Amino acid sequence: MLLCGFSLFAQEYFPKNDGVKSVNSNYTAFTNAKIYINATTVVDNGTLLIKDGKVVASGTQVTIPKNTTIVNLDGKYIYPSFIDLFTDFGIEKPKRAEGSGRSPQYNPTRTGYYWNDHIMPENDAISKFKFDSKKATSFLNAGFGVVNTHIQDGIVRGSGTLVALNTEDGNEKAILEQRSGQYLSFSKSVTSRQSYPGSIMGSMALLRQLYLDADWYAKGQSSTKDLSIEALNNNKKLVQIFDAGSKMNALRADKVGDAYGIQYVILGGGDEYEFIDDIKATNAAYIIPIDFQDAYDVENVYLTESLALSDMRAWNQEPSNPKVLADNNIRFALTTHDLKSPKDFKSKLLKAVEYGLPKTKALEALTSTPASLLGKSTELGHLKKGAYANFLITSGDLFDKKTTLYENWVQGSQTIVNPMHIKDIRGDYEFNLAGETYKMSLTGELSKLKSEITSNSKTRGSKVSYNADWITISMTTKDSVNQEFIRLVANVAQNDNLNGKALYPSGSEMTFFAKKLPSETSEDKAKSTPETTAKETVPVTYPNMAYGFKELPKQETLLFKNATVWTNESEGILKQTDVLVKNGKISKIGTNLSDANATVIDASGKHLTSGIIDEHSHIAASSINEGGQNSSAEVSIEDVIDPEDIDIYRNLAGGVTTIQILHGSANPIGGRSAIIKLKWGKGANDLIYNNSPKFIKFALGENVKQSNWSSYERFPQTRMGVEQLYIDYFNRAKAYDQLQKSGKPYRRDIEMEVLAEILNKERFISCHSYVQSEINMLMKVAEQFNFNINTFTHILEGYKLADKMAEHGVGGSTFSDWWAYKYEVNDAIPYNAAIMHNAGVVVAINSDDGEMSRRLNQEAAKSIKYGGVSEEDAWKFVTLNPAKLLHIDDRVGSIKVGKDADLVLWSDHPLSIYAKAEKTIIEGATYFDVKRDEIMRSEIKKEKATLINQMMQAKNKGLKTQPIKKKEKDQMHCDYIDHETHTH
Amino acid sequence: MKTKQLYILILLMTFGFSNAQQTPAKPQTKAIAITGATAHIGNGEVYENSIIILENGKISNIIKDNTIKVDPSKMDVIDATGKHVYPGFIIPNTTLGLVEIDAVRATDDDGELGSWNPHIRSLIAYNTESKVVESLRPNGVLLAQVTPRTGRISGTSSIVQLDAWNWEDAVVKEDDGIHMNWPNSFTRGRWWLGEDPAMKVNKNYSKQVKEIVDFFNAAKAYSNSTEAEINLPYDATLGLFDGTKKLYIHVDDEKGIIDAVNFTKHNGVKSMTIVGGYHAYKVADLLKQNNISVLLQRVHSRPGQTDHDYDLPFKMAKLLVDKGILVGLEGSGQMERMNARNLPFYAGTTAAYGLSKEQALQLITLNTATILGIQKHYGSLETGKSATLFISEGDALDMRTNILTHAFIDGRQISLESHQTTLWKRYSEKLESQD
Repeated sequence: MLLCGFSLFAQEYFPKNDGVKSVNSNYTAFTNAKIYINATTVVDNGTLLIKDGKVVASGTQVTIPKNTTIVNLDGKYIYPSFIDLFTDFGIEKPKRAEGSGRSPQYNPTRTGYYWNDHIMPENDAISKFKFDSKKATSFLNAGFGVVNTHIQDGIVRGSGTLVALNTEDGNEKAILEQRSGQYLSFSKSVTSRQSYPGSIMGSMALLRQLYLDADWYAKGQSSTKDLSIEALNNNKKLVQIFDAGSKMNALRADKVGDAYGIQYVILGGGDEYEFIDDIKATNAAYIIPIDFQDAYDVENVYLTESLALSDMRAWNQEPSNPKVLADNNIRFALTTHDLKSPKDFKSKLLKAVEYGLPKTKALEALTSTPASLLGKSTELGHLKKGAYANFLITSGDLFDKKTTLYENWVQGSQTIVNPMHIKDIRGDYEFNLAGETYKMSLTGELSKLKSEITSNSKTRGSKVSYNADWITISMTTKDSVNQEFIRLVANVAQNDNLNGKALYPSGSEMTFFAKKLPSETSEDKAKSTPETTAKETVPVTYPNMAYGFKELPKQETLLFKNATVWTNESEGILKQTDVLVKNGKISKIGTNLSDANATVIDASGKHLTSGIIDEHSHIAASSINEGGQNSSAEVSIEDVIDPEDIDIYRNLAGGVTTIQILHGSANPIGGRSAIIKLKWGKGANDLIYNNSPKFIKFALGENVKQSNWSSYERFPQTRMGVEQLYIDYFNRAKAYDQLQKSGKPYRRDIEMEVLAEILNKERFISCHSYVQSEINMLMKVAEQFNFNINTFTHILEGYKLADKMAEHGVGGSTFSDWWAYKYEVNDAIPYNAAIMHNAGVVVAINSDDGEMSRRLNQEAAKSIKYGGVSEEDAWKFVTLNPAKLLHIDDRVGSIKVGKDADLVLWSDHPLSIYAKAEKTIIEGATYFDVKRDEIMRSEIKKEKATLINQMMQAKNKGLKTQPIKKKEKDQMHCDYIDHETHTH
Repeated sequence: MKTKQLYILILLMTFGFSNAQQTPAKPQTKAIAITGATAHIGNGEVYENSIIILENGKISNIIKDNTIKVDPSKMDVIDATGKHVYPGFIIPNTTLGLVEIDAVRATDDDGELGSWNPHIRSLIAYNTESKVVESLRPNGVLLAQVTPRTGRISGTSSIVQLDAWNWEDAVVKEDDGIHMNWPNSFTRGRWWLGEDPAMKVNKNYSKQVKEIVDFFNAAKAYSNSTEAEINLPYDATLGLFDGTKKLYIHVDDEKGIIDAVNFTKHNGVKSMTIVGGYHAYKVADLLKQNNISVLLQRVHSRPGQTDHDYDLPFKMAKLLVDKGILVGLEGSGQMERMNARNLPFYAGTTAAYGLSKEQALQLITLNTATILGIQKHYGSLETGKSATLFISEGDALDMRTNILTHAFIDGRQISLESHQTTLWKRYSEKLESQD
């Protein structure tokens, strides 16, 4: 049976000391097979002829040379074996850096390489590679013949290696390509504790700067040596494979690549179906994991209460992900990545097919697609002449549950997964022993047979093993007290019946003869449940979670009748007034308005205002702080908008339509902001304002000097240092700007470019601030560099220098009444807004908090209580004034003809504690409606009940389950730092 | 211009002068009559055009519709026509006075080491001169239940009034109750050890509940002991079995609440209140049957889970009140002390989401007093009760009109100034003088 001997002995020039140097030039032919030469070309009764580990010929017209060993496959199937692009085969998991973790580490540990330890393009998988026979076997058993392996660590991970899972020969044959693909990710290396980058936006910024530096280096402009950059430039021609791991990060990775002309191949997360249009728009090819999750164990009703609809849906919908990708003509390969073991691959693959993934696409995703992504289409992924003899022999259709994988050949070297000529003895039998009649059925896979034996309709415990024509069975006796066994042994070679002997516990021996019963019944069963239609999933919503829309809200023509209208303009508050909304804009304000196409909304007794604007928010972002350095001007919140944050919806329910998502306050120079509209259901890029004004977060005080956590390493540690840091950065930015404008060559530096924008008055600062001394300082620093601070945010001691602020022309965006949470807010007073307002400062009330932001109308109303601000002015604190501070008051912030129709209909006086937002409208589309919300609630309840029922069914079918998880969203404030950057 | 007038008005109303903290008011010597106000009794009733007589620290009379004559020679008369009078609001379950500044560890005294701390008493650490304490009074919050945190049993609370020289002056009810944190059904992964930070089912739940039962059994056995040694934790627990102390069980989830109720029934605890009670509305019938009240979690909070109704925290009070549960509002959580002055607005929000305004008021006055066991003397404007009340320009549950002109604790007219009003005036004057 074993076909060895035609492999070459090592490399041809190796000396041979253990025998004669023989050359085997025989052929092997596999005949009478159904051959999938590739996913789309299939021949019946074909022949596959191989020699020296390569395909010589395949098809129906193959001439078989005389020196050929012929294997008659007798109708069995041959497929090209699978390729996995994303593995760490043969590479040891990198070890975590040691360290006490008390204080963050800011500096790199290497010299001669890039300044950031997490950039390691110089890493080569081959340098760490050691062929792992055990792991190879598990891949082979799952149908894989070739894998690309790499060191799964760091942001730039260096080159991978393409390995044939050839267990017979050595590396000289197994290694197909030493440098095959360069791998990247957003995750830091575990081998270094260097704290930058501490966020995804930081990783994105780092990659961008790296590409710029590499370009500069390639042009020979650098005066110093950088082995990392040299390696990166050397890897440029390789396919670039990005470990994104989720739909959101896939879009982010693509954005980074596109800016530098690099099209990554992206490792997805299995959730691509949720954002399929955006995913398609990346034009990237994907590597898709199929680790579909098990149903949740929903038996405990109390625990199940905590299960989120989105998690339930993920279980229900994920298996359809490959089908959705295929339907959208997105090129993708499948991977075992994220599976516990390649062993689970087949069942998940079949599940994907069951959920509608066409078999041809599935086969392509495992053969031709990965081969072509690696540029190896000539030799891999098919069985045409010249290809590696990497193929599978199966009993039937690969995607049929009952099909057995017999053999997996790699480079002409055979691995037997299941013996090919084993007799199929599965079925029902009957036998007599000592006057008793037994019924036995043998089921399951031939390599792992299961037996069930009954006598007088009582089940006996039994175990069966089957090997090379011999079956042995042990079953318990009738006596259930003393565990004793009858042993049966039989040969199956003769006919369909089992002939052998039985041994009783007493030692007596008798003849055993089991007659095979006709197998109609089992075949009928199989026929009666044909699963021809794809499994259905619950519909995807936008976003795909509770309160997501089945269809996105559309712009409408709306006519509000008889409202109390808070214009925020010189007209003031108009009673009994109509407002017409058309094409997303405010079209008319007046009385007795009409429009034939308008949906009329009776607003009598209600108040209509412009939407609330929150100058300081941290909702709807995947990360907030890049605190790995004292300046992070290079990062941008626009890179990390999270459109699936439920707080977007909740803010809409509080009448909020626009927010500025600010970077946190971990460092004196923070990151750039995102100014977005809360268009719930749309993708991240659709939320950002068109021609958005440019902002950056600065911060002062306790946070930037790291007073409240153990960190003593990073400059500055005092307010004195903060001033000098700003002066230093602005001096450098000025020099950079001058160099850039001079036309001389210069090294592009994103951080400096952003800071230069500030000097050129193209970007505005919103500065986190508490104490008057440092507020005064920053105004003076700005004046020294001839620009103005735009906004002081928090600004809790603004009242102490409101006159200076008015003179400087800076706005104040403050809390209504927060204080006492740290030392620097000891003198914070709720009268702050009123005092600054009275001094002529443009005042806004902000939230910095996902809870408070949905009650900003109440927070504004506190200015009436604390300091006696008029109602109209108080209302402007959360609408027109923040619009002014954000330079968007030409578009939003008041009810004025021509402005965006961002409106809120309130049940009551909007500053009253008793007011509820009934409708929140953005550009004429209704994103929140209190009545629709009621309907959604009952739909959520219903859908959860349906899904719970489905999970119960899954459990009752004996499928594996997973314990309940409770979804909790982090509440992000200024001080929020991504988990991964915490060091203790 | 308007604002200038208001400054003057408020300056006129000022009593004590700006020391670091306000000086506690002297005991009431002369009777006071508040006339013409709309009196919100605290039990659901409203007296229009009322007369309230304050004598010797107590309400000696309260009547509606102005039916008696007040003799100005015998008492000070405050004409409160068009204004509103409320019983002093009560903030239960708060660390007020135990922490001054969250980020400054030296000022934090709210959580002791260890799991079983019934003997730890909040009262002696209560700082009457906290700047936060005085900042609550201008909003009508005049009483507080000062409560320790952390551990399985965090300690013993006491009830104080917010105008005192020291904790002995402040105390209204000493060692009123013991606070226990019920085990959570979920635990969080320790991300700093590389675990998934998501909430996972707490595998130790049953074990932790058994530890509680064991502790209570041991305390009961101790009560019958003839040995001389004192066991401080067991000793502190005894009041729960004779009804002199109340057990406050801090628990939010449905199953936890049911388990807590059953635990109380089976372990001889005479009186129990649920604190937090996020899911209490789901087991309202059980609570009603067992006569268990709820100090409901902060109204101004986000729903606990993505799928929950956006307004669930706003309407929970209504859901419970409709089922006949005695409900008070608490406000524990982030920045709970400085936020305690927003207690009236928590109540106002429950009125926006279903309750009547007078029902909402009960949640921070008589209901809370009843739960805390001080209803004989506090919580409503009724004859014979303590004259702990305030006058507001308008509806005190709405921030626009919660503007206090007078406040009294036990008949003592207290200062409505604070560190914050001092700074307000100082800097307003500075800026005014530059005009």
